[in-house]
Amino acid sequence: MSKASRLRDPDVVLRARGIAVRLGGRTVLDDVDLDVPPGAIVGLIGANGAGKTTLLRVLLGILRPQAGGVRRPDRRAGIGYVPQKISLDPQAPLRARDVVMLGLDGARLGIPLGRRRLRGAVDAALAQVGASDFADARVGELSGGQQQRVLLAHAIVSRPTLLLLDEPLASLDPVSARDVVALLDDLRRRSNVAIVVTAHDLTLLLPVLDRVAYLAGGRAAVGTAAEVVRDDVLSALYRSPMRVVETAGRTFVVADDAVTHT
Amino acid sequence: MSAVLSAFFASPTVQTALAVGTVVAVVSSVVGVFTITRGQSFAGHALADLGAVGGSGAFLLGVSQLWGFVLAGVISAVAMEAIGTRRLEGRDVATGIVFGAGMGLTALFLTLDTLIGGSSNAAISVLFGSLFSLDSALVPVIVALGVVTLAIMTAIWRWVALETLDRDLAAARGVPPRTASTLFLVALALAVQLSSLSIGAILSTALLIGPAATALLFTRRLSTAAALAAVIAVVEVWLGCLVAFASFDWFGGSSWPVSFTIVAAVFLGYVGARTVTALRPFGHRMAVG
Repeated sequence: MSKASRLRDPDVVLRARGIAVRLGGRTVLDDVDLDVPPGAIVGLIGANGAGKTTLLRVLLGILRPQAGGVRRPDRRAGIGYVPQKISLDPQAPLRARDVVMLGLDGARLGIPLGRRRLRGAVDAALAQVGASDFADARVGELSGGQQQRVLLAHAIVSRPTLLLLDEPLASLDPVSARDVVALLDDLRRRSNVAIVVTAHDLTLLLPVLDRVAYLAGGRAAVGTAAEVVRDDVLSALYRSPMRVVETAGRTFVVADDAVTHT
Repeated sequence: MSAVLSAFFASPTVQTALAVGTVVAVVSSVVGVFTITRGQSFAGHALADLGAVGGSGAFLLGVSQLWGFVLAGVISAVAMEAIGTRRLEGRDVATGIVFGAGMGLTALFLTLDTLIGGSSNAAISVLFGSLFSLDSALVPVIVALGVVTLAIMTAIWRWVALETLDRDLAAARGVPPRTASTLFLVALALAVQLSSLSIGAILSTALLIGPAATALLFTRRLSTAAALAAVIAVVEVWLGCLVAFASFDWFGGSSWPVSFTIVAAVFLGYVGARTVTALRPFGHRMAVG
């Protein structure tokens, strides 16, 4: 089978094969494969510097890998992207609803006219992420968690088949983080959108993850959580003894103290 | 007062000043709204000083300072974007380095203008403007450059809004972020240079930032802010021209410089607007948050 036909598959929204990235002489990713089926939530898990954001940028199509290829939906409407955070002047004259509107027509040239017919879609997206209450506030004045909901509404308003989120839980308190996880779960159930999410800790995401790509040392261990989040797989990935600890119904990955402290 | 007004509008010098002033006010304030939104006021100031290199150099070559301003400004804008994006965080550093070099060159050229070119008024003209001593033949060129600048801004309106939010976000939506930010810097350079020609390189950022900042006190919508800023800027420039013209009679033949009266109107307009908004609950909330 040719490479092109192998990449074409109705059962995956996104398919990456043999991704290799070198940045500044350092190998960040080496031969990473990833399939994302429709309606699935896939976690890119790893420590800071493990290459999560680099892989996300490759999947998004804004970073060209040195090797490998990605088959993805059309970037304009088919992919929604939520950056980790934005820094916007509190005075900036952009309301939450303006940001969401840009998710529909932001790539077009010219001043925006005749947007009335788009308002229904914008209101629906804001309502879906629970951002209706601050729809008319300046985005720069909102809290980090509120901004993230607005960016999520921006990402889903064009009804994408793939959603990419960079560290959506990183700066949230545990309760808000749980709410965001529930929101993502609700989104994929309702609209069958495939979701790729990066995180340095999989504890909060584990209940909703269909697939895990665990990144360490430029390599990835990919599979279901049961296949990947295991002592032997993670120890091989980190090239150091690791333990998966379950307590109070939660899963934690830790370095194996018994060995590392000798 | 009506005698002053009729003399004001009858003067060919004033007519040229009002025509140029109106174009410059609209262009500067619309670009200014985006400049504040993007947090690039510093880049605007740097472009003014780099434009001054061209403006002061033009005297030496014997060409109109308009072309000196415009050429130096546009080259600087493209260069600033090229240097700045190589390191994402390096934009301020790159701007600062080029900015300092520009000030030095301007000082050299202004001295040479006086020594070699015999243009003793070059320093005042480049640094503080010459709205009342413009050649009326330049009006069509200035209008054309103003239209070009507004056309660029109109074209990249949504691209710049997205790119201001987040570079990767813009790229993910299919916007070429680099093209968007380069085109914006070129529009910023053109706006600042037209403004430099009217009220001088040193004062040009006042017209860029002042009316836009005033408008932003009253609206949270981009298009409303741009329209309101344009109206405020035109009123302030006309008011400045009128006061400078009338001051001729107040001091028995030596009038206030028009650059001063325009910048004074811009300043008082902002202070007045802040006072008004501070007295309202909405304004108070903004001042706190």
